[in-house]
Amino acid sequence: MFGKLTWSAIPLSEPIPLAAGGVVMVVVATVLAWITIKGHWPYLWREWITSVDHKRIGVMYCLLALVMLLRGFSDAIMMRSHLAFAGGDGQGYLPPDHYNQIFSAHGAIMIFFTAMPFMVGLMNFVVPLQLGVRDVAFPTLNSVSFWLTASGALLINASLVIGEFARTGWLAYPPLSELRFSPGVGVDYYLWSLQISGVGTLLSGVNLVTTILKMRAPGMTYTRMPVFCWTALASNLLIVATFPVLTATFALLTLDRYLGFHFFTNDLGGNPMMYINLIWIWGHPEVYILILPAFGVFSEVVSTFSGKPLFGYRSMILATMVICVLSCVVWLHHFFTMGAGANVNGFFGIMTMVIAVPTGVKVFNWLFTLYGGRVRYEVPVLWSISFMVTFVIGGLTGVLLSVPPVDWVLHNSLFLVAHFHNVAIGGVLFGAFTGYTYWFPKAFGFKLHEGFGKAAFWCWTIGFYLAFMPLYALGLMGMTRRVQHWDDLTWRPWLLCALGGAVVILIGIGFQVLQLVASIRQRRTNLDLSGDPWDGRSLEWATASPPPVFNFAVIPDVVGEEAYWGIKQRAIETQQLPAEASYQAIEMPRNTATGFVSAFFSTLIGFAMIWHIWWMACLGLLGAYAVLVAFAWRREVEFVIPATEVARIDRERRRIREQFLLTLGKPS
Amino acid sequence: MSAAVNEHLGARPIDPHKLGHFGHEGRDITGRGGGGPADKRIIVGFGFWIFLLSDIVLFSAIFATYAVLADATAGGPGGADLFDLGNVGLETVCLLLSSFACGVAMIAASRRHARLTQLGLLVTGGLGLLFLVLEIHEFAGMITQGAGPERSAFLSGFFALVGCHGLHVLCGLLWLGTMMAQIRAFGFTPPIQRRLMCFSLFWHALDIIWVGLFTIVYLMGSIQ
Repeated sequence: MFGKLTWSAIPLSEPIPLAAGGVVMVVVATVLAWITIKGHWPYLWREWITSVDHKRIGVMYCLLALVMLLRGFSDAIMMRSHLAFAGGDGQGYLPPDHYNQIFSAHGAIMIFFTAMPFMVGLMNFVVPLQLGVRDVAFPTLNSVSFWLTASGALLINASLVIGEFARTGWLAYPPLSELRFSPGVGVDYYLWSLQISGVGTLLSGVNLVTTILKMRAPGMTYTRMPVFCWTALASNLLIVATFPVLTATFALLTLDRYLGFHFFTNDLGGNPMMYINLIWIWGHPEVYILILPAFGVFSEVVSTFSGKPLFGYRSMILATMVICVLSCVVWLHHFFTMGAGANVNGFFGIMTMVIAVPTGVKVFNWLFTLYGGRVRYEVPVLWSISFMVTFVIGGLTGVLLSVPPVDWVLHNSLFLVAHFHNVAIGGVLFGAFTGYTYWFPKAFGFKLHEGFGKAAFWCWTIGFYLAFMPLYALGLMGMTRRVQHWDDLTWRPWLLCALGGAVVILIGIGFQVLQLVASIRQRRTNLDLSGDPWDGRSLEWATASPPPVFNFAVIPDVVGEEAYWGIKQRAIETQQLPAEASYQAIEMPRNTATGFVSAFFSTLIGFAMIWHIWWMACLGLLGAYAVLVAFAWRREVEFVIPATEVARIDRERRRIREQFLLTLGKPS
Repeated sequence: MSAAVNEHLGARPIDPHKLGHFGHEGRDITGRGGGGPADKRIIVGFGFWIFLLSDIVLFSAIFATYAVLADATAGGPGGADLFDLGNVGLETVCLLLSSFACGVAMIAASRRHARLTQLGLLVTGGLGLLFLVLEIHEFAGMITQGAGPERSAFLSGFFALVGCHGLHVLCGLLWLGTMMAQIRAFGFTPPIQRRLMCFSLFWHALDIIWVGLFTIVYLMGSIQ
């Protein structure tokens, strides 16, 4: 009846997962109870869960990412604290079996459920605003994408209390991940949760590519788009080009595990190295899917806070697109030791080095933008500067690793672990935090608390260096990754230092939580009435904070780069806003539960497949089809905001804007 | 409820994005550069093309896998021992004729000729179903011979690649049935026309993939 699922799936004999799972369940239950008691469900359902507004969906993506960051970080600090005391006679506190699950879950969660949703969320929120349009191309599909990602996150966290997670590392290399060597449900949890969220990401990629290429305000030609839109375009093109490969790869491993196929097995002609090729054909572009939007964020922030247009706008676009293409021809540097031969390794090594050139162009462009600018050292700029230093170090160690003979020595060592954290934290995560701080007032109408923001920034930066620089040294001393116990006592000080760094980062995260709480409590003092708190240059700052559901009462006409900056300067010179347009009624897509309900059924399918409950999987498939039919049969798909309402909302915005103009005064 | 609320009832809106004008500086709405957001029909068609391209990337990954494993028969039967080109030829004919019928249905739909559209779609679906029956028959025959996907990596690749295409045809048939019901329920409204356009793109894309399968798997497999 319930397939492989029995009561023994609950890890009653293992105290650590049981306690962790218990804490999570208590927190979730408390939040749900609080929502129920306060009677917030109708509001949540109406305004968020069924929302197809790109801004709401973007915010939900970022919230999911922040929650998953906590989960991923707790794995991280468990590993660091275990390892610090697992040398010589010390045994640490994590049994090998559990330790293997933790490092696998840490990687999978940080990439798929922290970094990805954070970047997708920022793009979702910002891109339509910057393009001057009212929504993405397919609003309902957008909601489906988000809820599929959430469905994957739910499944991966369910593995904490029901069953187990993979012990295979974050990419589940075969033959270890084959049924013969991983007979439990761990790898199945991995496969189904990532498969479901991967489909969500793919659909989101299709959506944003279409939005950027086909829906822009009049006059917004390609070379007038903000750089963030360009990086979002590159990132989503990569999603569309490579996530299907991930889907295929996981599907093939699933066939191996469920139906006895022989793609990646050791026997009957299977080829495990093929999996490693396939997964990195997705995996390396994935790195750039994450970092390119971060580059876009830094470009926006550096230019805004220097009070200057971005230096080398066109070279920035070119560099972005060159990286986009080159990222697809470097995957083999993840396994130089496969034995493909000197020529193949040489090609991929050189390609990897070449990719540093456009990245260097970007770094110089940011530096030249700062140079001669009146830089305001607010929190987003601090993150950006820390990024530039940290990312260059990470990039240099990357170029070092791209030399095949060097990689031959250093692969699989902590040097590698230090390198990719150096670019993933210093690049992607700092980029996400920058974007979070920068666009938070746009999303909610008030700024984040600056003091706590600076404290968090310093803790993260210092903590990062304390935690990861020792790993370079340890890697050079010969410590390999994914070890649960070590014997060389000279490693101890370095590992203790790394633990100290993790603790400093923990304090930083504490400050971030405090920052959010304090900002919400003191929101009246940090209100952003103008809609333009940072003296911005692109169109998202032209509308109110938070923007009305239709974003722009009248779609702006774009004349030149930095669309909003031009409008603003004209308004300051003439001391008045452009003449009021004639308002028309606006049609917006209606809310729908399609996304939420289809994600419910895909969770059901995933769970059923993990535990071999075939009838439930069939039920889920039927349900998913029923959702599609129900969606096709909807009669009223849009609602109209009458012209008078549009006029009322926009006149209010204009009134505040006019006051704001007076405070800016005429430029000298 | 205003007519504009419901595209199912009304004609195509004149100014779908409420720009208040047609594009920028008097130019038409093109969606390429300065013209402002494209027409919804363009957006939907374009988006679906992007999706189809991603689907083709998915197939290309499985094609590559098949190519790597084509010789890994592990002492079991190879393509020349298993493939019945007569059966495969019949499948090909079914699928190509089905695409032709789909094309006829699309022409009928653009002329808002309901009966001919439904007939065309019915023939499309019938031939698609026949294709699936032939394919399942082929699969069943191979499995009863002991040449199932567990036998060798080559056969794993074969069943995954051809099966993935078959699965797409099955989904297409489900979509087709739903589409026919929608035409009955709503007539040729703009959303229905857009969905029909997407369906026909999908159906033709499956043909393109089948041409690749027919050549690389069956023809090249038979002459080994």
